[in-house]
Amino acid sequence: MLAFIWLIPLLPLLGFIINGLGQRSFSKSFIGILASGAVFASFILSVAVFSDVWSARQAGEEAVFTQEIFEWFAVGDLQVSLTFLVDPLSSIMLLIITGIGFLIHLYAIGYMKHDAGFGKFFAYLNLFIFFMLLLVLGSNYLVLFIGWEGVGLCSYLLIGFWYTNPRYASAAKKAFVMNRIGDLGFLLALFFIFGTFGTLEYAGIFSAAKDFPMGDITLLTITLLLFIAATGKSAQIPLFTWLPDAMAGPTPVSALIHAATMVTAGIYLIARSNILFTLSPITLQLITIIGLATALLGAIIALTQTDIKKVLAYSTVSQLGYMFVGLGVGAFTGAFFHVITHAFFKALLFLGAGSVIHAMSDEQDMRKMGALKKSLPITFSTMLIGTIAIAGIPPFSGFFSKDEILAYAYAAHPIYWVLGFLAALCTAFYMFRLIFLTFYGSFRGTASQQEHLHESPASMTIPLIILAILAMVGGFLNVPEALGGGHALANFLAPIFADSAAIKAAPTIAHSTEYLLMGVSVVGALVMAGYAYFLFVKKADIPSEERSGMAKLSYHKFYIDELYDWLLVNPLKWSSQVFYTVVERLGIDGLVNGIGRGIGGAGRTVRLLQSGYITFYLFMMVLGVILLFVYGLVSI
Amino acid sequence: MENIVQNLQTVPLNHYILFSTLIFSIGVIGVLIRRNMIIMMMSIELMLNAVNLLLAAFSVHHGDSSGQVFVFFIMALAAAEVAVGLAIIIMVYRNTKSVDIDALNKLRW
Repeated sequence: MLAFIWLIPLLPLLGFIINGLGQRSFSKSFIGILASGAVFASFILSVAVFSDVWSARQAGEEAVFTQEIFEWFAVGDLQVSLTFLVDPLSSIMLLIITGIGFLIHLYAIGYMKHDAGFGKFFAYLNLFIFFMLLLVLGSNYLVLFIGWEGVGLCSYLLIGFWYTNPRYASAAKKAFVMNRIGDLGFLLALFFIFGTFGTLEYAGIFSAAKDFPMGDITLLTITLLLFIAATGKSAQIPLFTWLPDAMAGPTPVSALIHAATMVTAGIYLIARSNILFTLSPITLQLITIIGLATALLGAIIALTQTDIKKVLAYSTVSQLGYMFVGLGVGAFTGAFFHVITHAFFKALLFLGAGSVIHAMSDEQDMRKMGALKKSLPITFSTMLIGTIAIAGIPPFSGFFSKDEILAYAYAAHPIYWVLGFLAALCTAFYMFRLIFLTFYGSFRGTASQQEHLHESPASMTIPLIILAILAMVGGFLNVPEALGGGHALANFLAPIFADSAAIKAAPTIAHSTEYLLMGVSVVGALVMAGYAYFLFVKKADIPSEERSGMAKLSYHKFYIDELYDWLLVNPLKWSSQVFYTVVERLGIDGLVNGIGRGIGGAGRTVRLLQSGYITFYLFMMVLGVILLFVYGLVSI
Repeated sequence: MENIVQNLQTVPLNHYILFSTLIFSIGVIGVLIRRNMIIMMMSIELMLNAVNLLLAAFSVHHGDSSGQVFVFFIMALAAAEVAVGLAIIIMVYRNTKSVDIDALNKLRW
């Protein structure tokens, strides 16, 4: 099936073109079937491609397949071709994107049923899938960059999908601008890479990079710039504030783009370039610190949010922080494993939240929910599974991926583990808080909302159920040796990370230590879940508007938006005001208008010479002739 | 006649130049200070003829006849100019009942 790689991104693109052109004339069912069908066909092909890669890996090969579509351009030494690369890393990404993408398309058919922009929505979703596939399939950094920019564009379009609301439109702009900052880093990294290696192809770069010394300054620059790019796309400190605002988009968008796929592009980028990063220990150190800080910050902010989607958004920021910690401490497989499991359970949680919002007639405030367990049984049970998975309670998926990262973090430095563990405690607490506030206690909404309560249609619950199953069993992809597993995923991905592993061997952790770490984190998660139960079910302590101290700080997101406003936005506005009034109005306008006014004024003065008396004109003429004579005489 | 021509040729060139300058200056001053259009036309003719005289004098001085050819051209031109000028003056007179140059004070912005 490897000959059909090119069809995988092409099908969603065709879906985009057809739906985009016919969004007004096609019926909703046709649009839904076409869009989902295109992604489903891509998924089937991806499965076939994956099985080829899998069997090649089982046979002990490296399983790297390329397919050149066409040469894009050749300028001097720079030759860029549109080539697709399928290897273990990209084949897994293919499965995630098309698989979860299909489920979310299916879900969106039900969720967006009453929306006027139905056709436009599916066209954008298909376009997003196309660009995301381009991003992971490209065999060089330039194709990756196109996909990178493309998903950013789709993210902008879909966050601002309900663009008539100015708040949503400005959230879209914020996401776009924040991402541009990161993209600048990416672009500079591309220039550095080409300047250093003379090519943009992965194969050429990585084989040349192997011979660089540890801590090479060029590699350090490149990796730092790539990391800036990743902080933008994957919402890390300091560029994370766009992601919570991005929840302005429809819920399927939050699930697909801002939880499962696009935001993991930064992790994909670093995992792909792992050899460059392994040779730059300073960057890795920075990634670990930023990742930990983001994980903690996101988790602490999520503790007090009352908007159900905001909780999940900050949870995503926090989980992405975990993945970066994994990358930073060299647990590339662990980080990527977390990408996979996170895609399962976070997509599930977002879709579940969407189902709740749908049932509550677009109410997102958890303080106005409660007792939905009876009315939404499928949503409740699937979301509970997602919550258990993300909280890291075995045997659900989050436990395995999170503990692999935490184990590596412990090996790097115990303090990393402590901080990661604290973030995990917060995670368990805010997730169970979400569950208890939403599904337990007494109903706190209006009477009309209560009348309207209904379980979502099948097209929404089926994806929930499938994702719940994946969230349950996804962890068994990579069971650690300490629990008698075979590290299946790690073995599958081994060729990707082989060069890095050769330079920096994986830390060996005694099984007893690993058991201890796992035990502590599981007990911690259970205790936090119990505490949340005590607080929100037993005491029915519904968060009020009155907050003090830490809670207030956390509820207001540590005033980071305000800080950025104060630090960057307002000075920019102020200086542009200065530039407008001083430079633009006085300087440039003054100069241009001054010239015009000067000429006009001179004309008004000089025209007074035109008195109309011919004798005066004659006199001036004679005077002129005399002056010319005098000038002629003098100049001789 | 022979005598006159020979006598004329004994007049030094400087005298012609001074004389022409004098006539030319009278023409210029006449144009500048008089307000009657007909007299101004006459002053212009004076200037033209001062130049003609100078051209003829230089022509003889250099023994080159092309100067005198110029004089004929200028005379023809002057005749045409006077014809047009007088026609304009007549039209002005018909409209303003005056040949005062200041009657034409509309020639401005």
